[in-house]
Amino acid sequence: MLLFIEQLLNGLQLGVMLFLLSAGLTLVFGIMRVINLAHGSLYMVGAYIAATAFQYTGSFLLALMAALPVAAVVGMIVEMVVLRRLYERDHLDQVLATFGLILFFNELTRIIWGRQPLFMDVPKWLSSTVEIIPGAPYPSYRLAIILVGMLVAVFLYLLLTRTRLGMQIRAGASNREMVAALGVNINLLNTLVFGLGALLAGLAGAMAGPILAVESGMGESILILTFVVIVIGGIGSIRGALIGALLVGLVETLGGYLLPELLRLFLPPAMADGAGASLASMAVYILMAAVLIWRPRGLFPAHG
Amino acid sequence: MLKLLTQRRLLVLSSGLLILLLLPVVALAIGDPYLVTLFTRIVIFALAAVSLDLIVGFGGMVSLGHTAFFGMGAYVVGIFAFHLQDGSPFASWPFVLDGSDNALLVWPSAILLSGLMAAVIGALSLRTTGMQFIMITLAFAQMLYYFFISLEVYGGDDGISMWSRSQLPTLNLGNDTQFYYLCLTLLLLFLFFSWRLVESRFGRVIRGARENNLRMHSLGFPTYRYQLVCFIIAGAGAGLAGALMANQSEFVSPNLLHWTQSGEILIMVLLGGMGTLFGPILGAAVLLLMEEILAAYTEHWLVFLGPFLILVVLFAKHGLYGLLVGQEVNRD
Repeated sequence: MLLFIEQLLNGLQLGVMLFLLSAGLTLVFGIMRVINLAHGSLYMVGAYIAATAFQYTGSFLLALMAALPVAAVVGMIVEMVVLRRLYERDHLDQVLATFGLILFFNELTRIIWGRQPLFMDVPKWLSSTVEIIPGAPYPSYRLAIILVGMLVAVFLYLLLTRTRLGMQIRAGASNREMVAALGVNINLLNTLVFGLGALLAGLAGAMAGPILAVESGMGESILILTFVVIVIGGIGSIRGALIGALLVGLVETLGGYLLPELLRLFLPPAMADGAGASLASMAVYILMAAVLIWRPRGLFPAHG
Repeated sequence: MLKLLTQRRLLVLSSGLLILLLLPVVALAIGDPYLVTLFTRIVIFALAAVSLDLIVGFGGMVSLGHTAFFGMGAYVVGIFAFHLQDGSPFASWPFVLDGSDNALLVWPSAILLSGLMAAVIGALSLRTTGMQFIMITLAFAQMLYYFFISLEVYGGDDGISMWSRSQLPTLNLGNDTQFYYLCLTLLLLFLFFSWRLVESRFGRVIRGARENNLRMHSLGFPTYRYQLVCFIIAGAGAGLAGALMANQSEFVSPNLLHWTQSGEILIMVLLGGMGTLFGPILGAAVLLLMEEILAAYTEHWLVFLGPFLILVVLFAKHGLYGLLVGQEVNRD
């Protein structure tokens, strides 16, 4: 039972990370209709900058302060140099070009930081554990991630529904030409949204630093899960991204723990572990296929 | 048909064919047998890329799960070989099926099973379109990837090493040159078949559905069935490519089914020019050759390949093939 609660929290934590990534991706897709495979690279940039800044300063907050603007600026540069030319193009052109960006960024980090992964310590003031229910200590750093993710969700909700910028973003998602005709600088809006998405990806990367190895290519494994999230949630919908992210995070984490246990009931242990492990890896894909067969446009389709 | 073959196009195609036909001779002349191995890989990936072009370029169905069929074909060859080496039967019920390395039995099985797999995956995936279709095909390919990892009997993560290539009467496939020409022949046959297919009434319906599915449907064409058949043909083609790949490397592993492999085949199609059938062959050749050449100069060759892909997207509308033949790209 205690293990179950721990896994539940781990699932929440993964879900929150996925939400940070998929919120940006789904906004970018919703407004600019661009499939940006390089979103995972911005996550990687955030992680590398944070790990490096942490090595030099020893302060986690400074590392965050360095990673966020760098990721945002890199994102905006990418938007202005490459993606801006692809808005009117076929989705496949976007896939090919942003795949090129992935290759470029992965190799660039190898050139700058080498092939060895970087490791980042959990900041001292978050290195303790918290007993949420008696007898179940949980690392406070992971709790902090969950908290940050919740705050970001609230922030995005307020931004999109309560501010002028959010109104323009929503309007841009429904009808680009109309918004431009009404005098909104849609190019600037695009760059800003892209920067916001990159910032969130960078935040996810920086926070992932102390839990994962910071290495070249770390963006791709999470990128696929991110796409799974936005397809399940319904492309372009922030609410869908939140629900999808939590769902995928929980299924991915709890599947790895529950499925082998479940199979042990009617299979020999060794076989149950093997089959359970692979079934657990498949679980999110089975979930996505099932959702799409049931509702081909995802759970909360954004446009009509 | 001949009027489409304008002079420039004819020149490009015939020189391409000539290069592929003469390659083993050239390799022998300059004393570099590795060239034959490299081009065998190119030809095999070209076959997979052409089959993907059928659904992506002509059907408008962008699949990121094409390695499901590629890997399936490879695993059928690998599993037959495994049982031959092991001496255990492949199946004992309802009839005894022993392992085999007879290409005339194994390869058609690979094609058939890949096609069957494509029928199942396609039937479910075609409920969606666009981005969702990309992701659902990816999902099925990943499921199959993890399925083969979980098959401990067949090596799990490590895959199956084969003792030798499949056997064909009169040919010696262990000989790299003979194997190369066989692969090339199969590629040309599949290319001819695909070309006839997309020019047929069937191909017109598929292309019509790409442009406007609703309209084709209203005209009385059951587009879902047409698209499904197209998907199955492409899957079977990829299965053949996979069977050849297993023979080329004499090794089969789940890595053949990883999604990055699907990505690479899709890149070949886009790089060469989708909806052109010949383009994907060029794309396969350019991508694999660039990997080889750049890797010889610098360890960090990807840092050049990435921007190269971006430049192709930005400046070559119909891929590299479009650049070569000019404005005459045949996208109806």
